[in-house]
Amino acid sequence: MNYLSIENLTVSYGDKVILNELNLQIPKGKITALIGPNGCGKSTLLKTVARILSPKQGQILLQGESLHKQDTRQVARKLALLPQAPITPEGVTIRELVGYGRAPWGSRWGRLSDEDRAIVQHALEQVGLLELADRPATDLSGGQRQRAWIAMILAQKTDLVLLDEPTTWLDIAHQIELLKLMRELNLQGKTIVVVLHDLNQACRYCDELVVLKQGAVQQQGTPEQVLTQKLVEEVFDLCAEIHPDPVAGSPTLVPV
Amino acid sequence: MYPRLTLTLLPVFLLVLAISGVLLGSLDLQTALSTGPDILTDLRLSRVLVAILAGAGLGLAGAMIQGVVRNPLASPDIIGVTGGSGLAATALLLLFPGVAFGWMIPAAIVGALLTMALMLWLVRNQDLNPARLVLVGVALSAWLGALIDWLLVSHPYQVNAALVWLTGSLWGRGWDHVAVLLPWLLVLFPLALMMALRLDLLALGDEAAEGLGANVLQTRKLALLLSVALAAVSVAVCGAISFVGLISPHLARLLVGGSHHRLIPATAMIGAVLVLLADILARTLAPPIELPAGVLTSLIGAPYFLFLLTRYRGW
Repeated sequence: MNYLSIENLTVSYGDKVILNELNLQIPKGKITALIGPNGCGKSTLLKTVARILSPKQGQILLQGESLHKQDTRQVARKLALLPQAPITPEGVTIRELVGYGRAPWGSRWGRLSDEDRAIVQHALEQVGLLELADRPATDLSGGQRQRAWIAMILAQKTDLVLLDEPTTWLDIAHQIELLKLMRELNLQGKTIVVVLHDLNQACRYCDELVVLKQGAVQQQGTPEQVLTQKLVEEVFDLCAEIHPDPVAGSPTLVPV
Repeated sequence: MYPRLTLTLLPVFLLVLAISGVLLGSLDLQTALSTGPDILTDLRLSRVLVAILAGAGLGLAGAMIQGVVRNPLASPDIIGVTGGSGLAATALLLLFPGVAFGWMIPAAIVGALLTMALMLWLVRNQDLNPARLVLVGVALSAWLGALIDWLLVSHPYQVNAALVWLTGSLWGRGWDHVAVLLPWLLVLFPLALMMALRLDLLALGDEAAEGLGANVLQTRKLALLLSVALAAVSVAVCGAISFVGLISPHLARLLVGGSHHRLIPATAMIGAVLVLLADILARTLAPPIELPAGVLTSLIGAPYFLFLLTRYRGW
């Protein structure tokens, strides 16, 4: 049985079809990057998996169960989402923010048990925010905020994690830090699906690439298999050479 | 910021204020006592209780609507609820002056609910999109305001009663009104508290909230409905005491932070304090003339609102 299986998926905004009868299998225990030009439907695909959007047709199965037919709280115990532009609320400490990750598990009133508190503590420790835990979340810098959100996702204790362009608002050092953190999560056994814009980062930090073009899967495979001169020209309409990264050996795109 | 301390001090402050509300008035204590205990218990105590309940209701309504719209400038006034009850009450007072008082409260509640229904119908295809909700509400309020003005202008002889009601006043409110407010609040306050976690999650944005297992659309509908009910009963009893619904959640947020478990009870108490304070001032500033409490809340509220606008950059 496939871990995450997207079958015959059609999603549209009003009359505009974004994804058209898309089929895709996402392997367990890997980091899969969704890449493609602007408007190709990669964020739409991620949001549909996260049940923010409903499919017009087709289904998404996580371990054989349809995601859109389950109670949203039940789904929240299996998959977590880091949205592209989450809002950091005012007057809430970092510890409280991370505590929201326990929402799908605890009581509907939101009281945290001792076990929940321990999980929150551990998550804060993992992202290195323990010292700042009782400060207001709005005091954090962009990079720290993103780490706080990652801690929330850790506290949510899901097997599947979806990240929607997590590097967008970060400077290069924080981008790399986040991508490394993503690998750490993966090494703890989480399956990760991430939307990335930077092809070189996708190749370096992800196991599997899914290339989308106009709402359909163009290609899927390891970075070495996928990132070729031909593909870049076909999908992005860009003339580029592919060279191995001098440090990691992963394919790197160099525009000509 | 010491949220827990504040949460324990607020009820104490409210109690002190309530006792002063019973003791203070246009008649000094001795005269009041010598005319019998009626002035203290029948007039002042019941009026203090109405102020507390209505203030709590308005504050809570504001907290709910701000949680839904995720915008600190939202209030029951802005989404047209106040306008709806105002129009219904004004129409009743002016067009059927004979039947007025017993039917005021039901009419105001029906007016608010009809406005809400109209509003939901206008935004029906928008998934209750917060920005659209506010914009539609502003337009709706303006329209209702125009209808109220029209009624007022075309009935110049009965205008006074309507005007006092529209500014919001606790004049002449007593045990009958306590009996209306209390059961509603006993039901609505626990329901509001039960929304706490879901409103916390909603503050993180729709996508994050849904990702954490909060049903966003359902949460919005429930909170909106609660807000309307709370505002409607309060406005029905005391008229449109403005700015309490807007300011109470803000003061509460400053004092106890953004977590709704603390924010909701704190907002209720602050709303109560504000209306009670406004009413005490209203009847002691220039006796025997009574200012409507709503005038005082607006006098203080509007400048504070402007102050908030200069500080808030999120929109």
